[in-house]
Amino acid sequence: MEFVAIILGGVLINNFVFSRFLGICPFLGVSQKVETAMGMSMAVIFVMTVASAITWPVYHLLLDPLGIEYLRTVAFILVIASLVQFVEIVMQKVSPTLYQALGIYLPLITTNCAVLGAAILNVQAEYTFIQAVVNGLAAAVGWALAIVLFAGIRERLDLADVPRPLQGFPIALITTGLMSISFFGFQGLFKQLFVR
Amino acid sequence: MGRLVKDFYNGILPENPVFRLLLGMCPVLAVTTAVANGFWMGMAVIFVLTCSNVIISAVRPFIPRQIRIPCFIVVIATFVTIVDLVMHAFLPGMYEILGIFIPLIVVNCIILARAEAFASRNPVPRAAADGLGMGVGFTVALVVIAAVRELLGTGNLVVAGRALFGAGLPIDPALVMILPPGAFITMGILLGALNLVGKKKE
Repeated sequence: MEFVAIILGGVLINNFVFSRFLGICPFLGVSQKVETAMGMSMAVIFVMTVASAITWPVYHLLLDPLGIEYLRTVAFILVIASLVQFVEIVMQKVSPTLYQALGIYLPLITTNCAVLGAAILNVQAEYTFIQAVVNGLAAAVGWALAIVLFAGIRERLDLADVPRPLQGFPIALITTGLMSISFFGFQGLFKQLFVR
Repeated sequence: MGRLVKDFYNGILPENPVFRLLLGMCPVLAVTTAVANGFWMGMAVIFVLTCSNVIISAVRPFIPRQIRIPCFIVVIATFVTIVDLVMHAFLPGMYEILGIFIPLIVVNCIILARAEAFASRNPVPRAAADGLGMGVGFTVALVVIAAVRELLGTGNLVVAGRALFGAGLPIDPALVMILPPGAFITMGILLGALNLVGKKKE
């Protein structure tokens, strides 16, 4: 039940894009086509899950016992940056096809604040290892859901007759706002399920 | 001297990081629920941006090109940690509100973008002017967006702990403006309005 709550919370209710505002830059940047949005999503899901799994021991087994929690930000960003680099190298060697598909998105992930955000939120929520990994995965899936839906709408926006000053980013942001309103509906779902 | 002024001014209007370059959108959308939040977030960014620009510009001859990005990130993360600790100690209320977006200044694209595009290629005084200008531009943008949202969302503006409109404006506050959807919609409409004004000028 606890995991259901984490997953539903991460994917729908506290969606990273629509309610936490994490990972907005790539959300606006690589959502021109559904295909590229899918590629980026896969890369983010993979990196975010692994990053949650690696930053947990870094914090709980290294920084916390040594009493140097204040190095959290520096340590996490270094771990994530090197993880991304490492994943890129391994992928290139092990699965060149996957590398071809995701390769160009991987370097972009280092500056995706959603990854660092998930790692920090895991620490703040005092999750156990498994909870942290599940939370990272759920948040990434929520981010992926948001960007793929958004890319689908955006492909159609290209054909729509948008007033000239609103073309491009302005209409994209307004669209996101409307999607965000609809995601608000999921908050009721949570109450129905868990608060009886 | 004229050049420094130009570098400083560049970040405020011609290349405003938020309205022109659309960089660092996450905190822009997240913390603009009230003017005070936007202002303090802006202060934190000004500090980190100026300091990291100065240090990166000062050490640029010693950093090998291949590993420059990790070096920049460590410098930036150090200043972010300083801000994090200082705010935690002296502004605990604001620290609670800004929450995760303080450590996330590390991955704010504006800071890395200025380090890469400007500070690593220019002397220290120019890098400082650029950092300060970009930071001020960012703060101005945050305060403007926050003012619109706070006014429409609560019917009042609170500046330095005092309400500007006494009992509030005679409007029905639209709560949605200070909820997440309002951030996206305000930002979209503001950008559209800026496009309209920009077109008229030309």
